[in-house]
Amino acid sequence: MDWEVVIGIETHAQLSTVSKIFSGAATQFGAAPNVQACAVDIALPGVLPVLNRGAVERAIRFGLAVGGPEVISRRSVFARKNYFYPDLPKGYQISQYELPIVTGGIVKIQTEGGEKTVRLTRAHLEEDAGKSLHEDFHGMSGIDLNRAGTPLLEIVTEPDMRGAEEAVAYAKALHALVRWIGICDGNMQEGSFRCDANVSVRRPGAPLGTRREIKNLNSFRFLQQAIEYEVRWQIETLQDGGSIQQATVLFDPDKGETRMMRTKEDAHDYRYFPDPDLLPLVISDATIEQIRSELPELPQAKRERYQREFGLPSAYAVSLTQSIEVASYFEATVAAAGSDNAKPAANWILGELAGALNSTGIDIGASPMSSKQLAGLLLRMRDNTISGKMAKDVFDAMWAGEGDADSIIERRGLRQISDAGELEKIVDGVLAANQKSVEEYRAGKEKAFNALVGQAMKATKGKGNPAQINEILKKKLAG
Amino acid sequence: MINFTLKQLSALLAQKQLSSVELTQAYLERVARLNPGLNVFVTVDADKSLAQARAADALLAAGKAQPLTGIPLAHKDIFCAKGWRTTCGSKMLANFISPYDAHVVEKLNAAGAVILGKTNMDEFAMGSSTETCFFGPVKNPWDRTRVPGGSSGGSAAAVAARMAPAAIGTDTGGSIRQPAALTGICGLKPTYGVVSRYGMIAYASSLDQGGPMARSAEDLALLLNAMAGFDARDSTSLERPAEDYARLLAAPAAAKLPLGGLRIGVPKEYFGAGLDSDVAAAVEAALAQFEQLGAKRVAISLPNAALSVPAYYVIAPAEASSNLSRFDGVRYGYRAPEYGDLADMYAKSRAQGFGAEVKRRILIGTYVLSHGYYDAYYLKAQKIRRLIAQDFAAAYRQCDLIMGPTSPSVAFALGAKVADPVQMYLIDIYTVAANLAGLPAMSIPCGFGEGGLPVGLQLAGNYFAEAQMLAAAHQYQLATDWHLRQPAGTE
Repeated sequence: MDWEVVIGIETHAQLSTVSKIFSGAATQFGAAPNVQACAVDIALPGVLPVLNRGAVERAIRFGLAVGGPEVISRRSVFARKNYFYPDLPKGYQISQYELPIVTGGIVKIQTEGGEKTVRLTRAHLEEDAGKSLHEDFHGMSGIDLNRAGTPLLEIVTEPDMRGAEEAVAYAKALHALVRWIGICDGNMQEGSFRCDANVSVRRPGAPLGTRREIKNLNSFRFLQQAIEYEVRWQIETLQDGGSIQQATVLFDPDKGETRMMRTKEDAHDYRYFPDPDLLPLVISDATIEQIRSELPELPQAKRERYQREFGLPSAYAVSLTQSIEVASYFEATVAAAGSDNAKPAANWILGELAGALNSTGIDIGASPMSSKQLAGLLLRMRDNTISGKMAKDVFDAMWAGEGDADSIIERRGLRQISDAGELEKIVDGVLAANQKSVEEYRAGKEKAFNALVGQAMKATKGKGNPAQINEILKKKLAG
Repeated sequence: MINFTLKQLSALLAQKQLSSVELTQAYLERVARLNPGLNVFVTVDADKSLAQARAADALLAAGKAQPLTGIPLAHKDIFCAKGWRTTCGSKMLANFISPYDAHVVEKLNAAGAVILGKTNMDEFAMGSSTETCFFGPVKNPWDRTRVPGGSSGGSAAAVAARMAPAAIGTDTGGSIRQPAALTGICGLKPTYGVVSRYGMIAYASSLDQGGPMARSAEDLALLLNAMAGFDARDSTSLERPAEDYARLLAAPAAAKLPLGGLRIGVPKEYFGAGLDSDVAAAVEAALAQFEQLGAKRVAISLPNAALSVPAYYVIAPAEASSNLSRFDGVRYGYRAPEYGDLADMYAKSRAQGFGAEVKRRILIGTYVLSHGYYDAYYLKAQKIRRLIAQDFAAAYRQCDLIMGPTSPSVAFALGAKVADPVQMYLIDIYTVAANLAGLPAMSIPCGFGEGGLPVGLQLAGNYFAEAQMLAAAHQYQLATDWHLRQPAGTE
C-alpha cells in the first residue's frame, strides 16, 4: 500500500545586518569568543534592547518578495520565550510569537512534475542564542556569546511538500530568494541558513500523521538524507505495527540516521508574554512602499520576462534565475552582445561557463571570465569570424586569462576562412586528391561526404567556415 | 547647612561660600555617624565621592556650573554606576561592580552632581518596608523601631535624616511615594517614559520609573530637570521636547489666590475602610489648606481602584519572573559554591542568592504566565490595567489633580507585616494605580499621626502634569512647614 510523505520546513535565515537585532555589537562570523558581545548581549543588570531597523527592513523585503504588502503586519509584537540555558544570557529569547511581522506568502518551486507552490505560514523576527563549547575546557563548558542577539528571520511553511526532493527544492528556492533580495548571505557552513524539517507519513487521503521534527540541517544534502532516512524509519515503524510519537530528532550525518533529542513530554512551558521593554512594531504603508521601490526584480518576474523577451525555453529561464549573480551575468552579457545573442549567451553560461566554474569551485560572481569577454566571443561567432569549434578554444583561452576574444583570435590566427574563392580552390584540391570518396558519394554513400568535409577542414587547418565548405562541396559534387 | 535646600546649596556653591568638597565631606561625616543606627547606605566610597566633588569644584571655579554641580546625592542601589558596587539589595549581586552608568547616573554626573553613596532597598525593589534587603532592614529616622517604607526606604531615610540633601529612587508600585510619606519627605514618580530605565535594574519593566526624592517640591523640580530626557537605549523612553519642571512654581502675580481655579479630585474610594483615622485627619486638613489656597474640591470616583493591587501583583511578578532570569550564576553575580550538574547549579545559585520575597514573586510570576493560566491571570490583569487607565481618563475630565493619602497608615513596626505578605501588599493600595496607568504622582508631608510619625499626601496628575503637580505642592509648602520638620536624634 502507498504512503504519502508530508513535510513542512522551518528555516532560520540570519539577516545580513552589520549589528545585532537588539544591540550595537557586530555580527561578523569567526571572531574570537565573546569579543562581539556587548553589555546588552551578555545581559548585564539594567540593560535594555533596542530594535535594529535594518533587521525590520530585511523582514519587510522578504514579505514583499513572497506575497507583497498584504502579508506584512502593520503591527507586530515581540514576546519573551523563557527558558534557562547558559548560552541564553537573559534567560529568555526575544521572538515574535502571536503577532509575527509576515503572515502568509508563497514560494514557487520547480519539481519533476513542473512548478509547485509552497505556502508560507509566517515569518518572524527573533534573536539567536550564543554557543556552548563543550570541548577543550577540561570537564567544563565554555560560552561564546558572539552569536547571541544575531538577527534571525524564522520562515515557516505549511505542510505542503510531499517528499525529500520537494523539500530540497523548496530550501534551494528559499535560499536563492533570501540571497537574491540581499537579506541573508546564505552561508550554510557558517549557519546563516539552517532548516528544521517536520516530517510525517500517512495513507493518501488520511488525516495528517504524527510528525517528528529534524533539527538544524545545514546543508541541502543533509536535508535530503535526513528526510529520506526519517521517512523510511516512520514507514517501517508503522508497518511493523508501531506508532509515531511526536518528537524532536537530530540527524547524524556520519551514521546517516536521525536520533531522538526530546519527546513532546519534555517540552518546555516557555511562558511567552509580550516583552515590556519593546513597544509593538508598527510599520507604515509609506515604509513598505519605500522598500518595495528599492527591491530588485524578483526571480519569478525575471523568469517570465526572459521567456517573453528573449524567447528562452522555461528550463533556461529557471536555470538563469537560480541566483541573482547568474541572472546579472546573463543580463550583462546580453546587454553587451545584443538580445539576438540571448539564447547563445544562455547556452554558454549554463554550459561551458557553468562547467568551468563548477570544476574549479569558483562562484560566478568571481568568474575569471567577465560577461563582457563572453559577449565578445558571441559577437565573433555571430559575424562568422570564428566557428563554434574554434569558439571553444577561444573560451578556454579566455578562461586561462589570455585576454579578450578579439586579441586571442588575432594572436592565434584563428580567424575563419570565409573567402569563397580561397575555399573553392581548397575544395578543388581536396576533390582531386580524394577521387575514391567522390565516387563513393556519387554511388550513394552519404558518409563519403563527411570524409570530404573533414579533408577540407584539415586543409584549412580547421579555419574554414564549415557551412561554406559544405555548400561549396555540395555544389561541386552535384555539378 | 544640613537644612539648606538644593537651591540654597547651589547658590552657596556658585558664590564660592562653600566648596563641593566641604559639602561632600560634611555629609560623609553625617553618614559615618548616623549609618550604623539607621542602616541607610549599603556602599559609601569617600575617595570616589570626593574625586567627583573636586571635579565639581573645578567646574564651579571655571564658571561652568549647572544647578546641581557639586551637590552630593544618595543613589538607590538599583542604579548601575560605573566602578560602584551595585547590589539591588541582594546577595545575588552583593559583589557586582557595575562596568557602566545608568542613563540617570550619566545625566546627574554630567550635571556635576556627586554620588554620595548607594542606599539600601528592598531586594530587587520587592517590598514596601525595606526589610527584604540582604543587608538588613533600614530604620525609620523618626522612630527606629519602625520601617521607613519601601522599596526606596534607604533613599527616603537618607533625606529624612539629613544624610543627603536629596536622593534618587525608583517607583514600581509606590516605592518612591510610600517611603517618602513614611519618612516625611517628598518624592515624585514621573509619567512612565520620562526618565530612562537604562541601567536601572529591572523589577517590572512596564511599571518601573525612576524619580527624585527630596525635602521640598522645589528641589524635586530641580532634580527632575536633570534626570528626565529621551534616551535612545530605552525603547519606552519618550521623545519629547525638554521641559523646565520648575517653570510653574511661581504663582502668577495677578492671582488673588495662588491655586485659584485648580480643581482637586478626591476619590471616595481612597477614604473608605482600611484608612487609619490619623492619616485621614491629616489628609483632610491638607485638603482644607488647598481649598484655602484657592483650589476647588471635586468628589470623584475611581470605580476599579480596589482591583489595582490584585492586578499589580499579577503583572509585576510576571515581568519580574522573566527579568530576574538573567541572575543565573553563569556570567556574574552569586554562584553556589557547590553544585552537581547544570540544573543543580541554577537551582542552588538562585535558591541561595535570592531572598524569600523575591522567590515568592518569581513563583507567582512563573505561575501566572504558565500554560493554561496566562489568560486567567496575566491577560485579565492587563484588561484591568486598561480599565484603571480609563477610570483616570474619566476623572481627569472632571479635575486637574487627584489628592488623597499616600499610604493607609503611618510607619508600622519593623517585622509587623513580614509574616503576612497580603497585608504588606495592601499598603500599596493608593499608589499602584498610577504605575498601572503610567501616570505621574507624588507624595509630600502633610502632618503627623500616631506616634508623632509623618503622614504623606499623594498628588497625582494626568500624563506630563509633573510641573502642575509640583506647582501645587510648592504653594502648599509655602503655606505650611511640615516638610521642614526634622526627626529628633538626627541633629
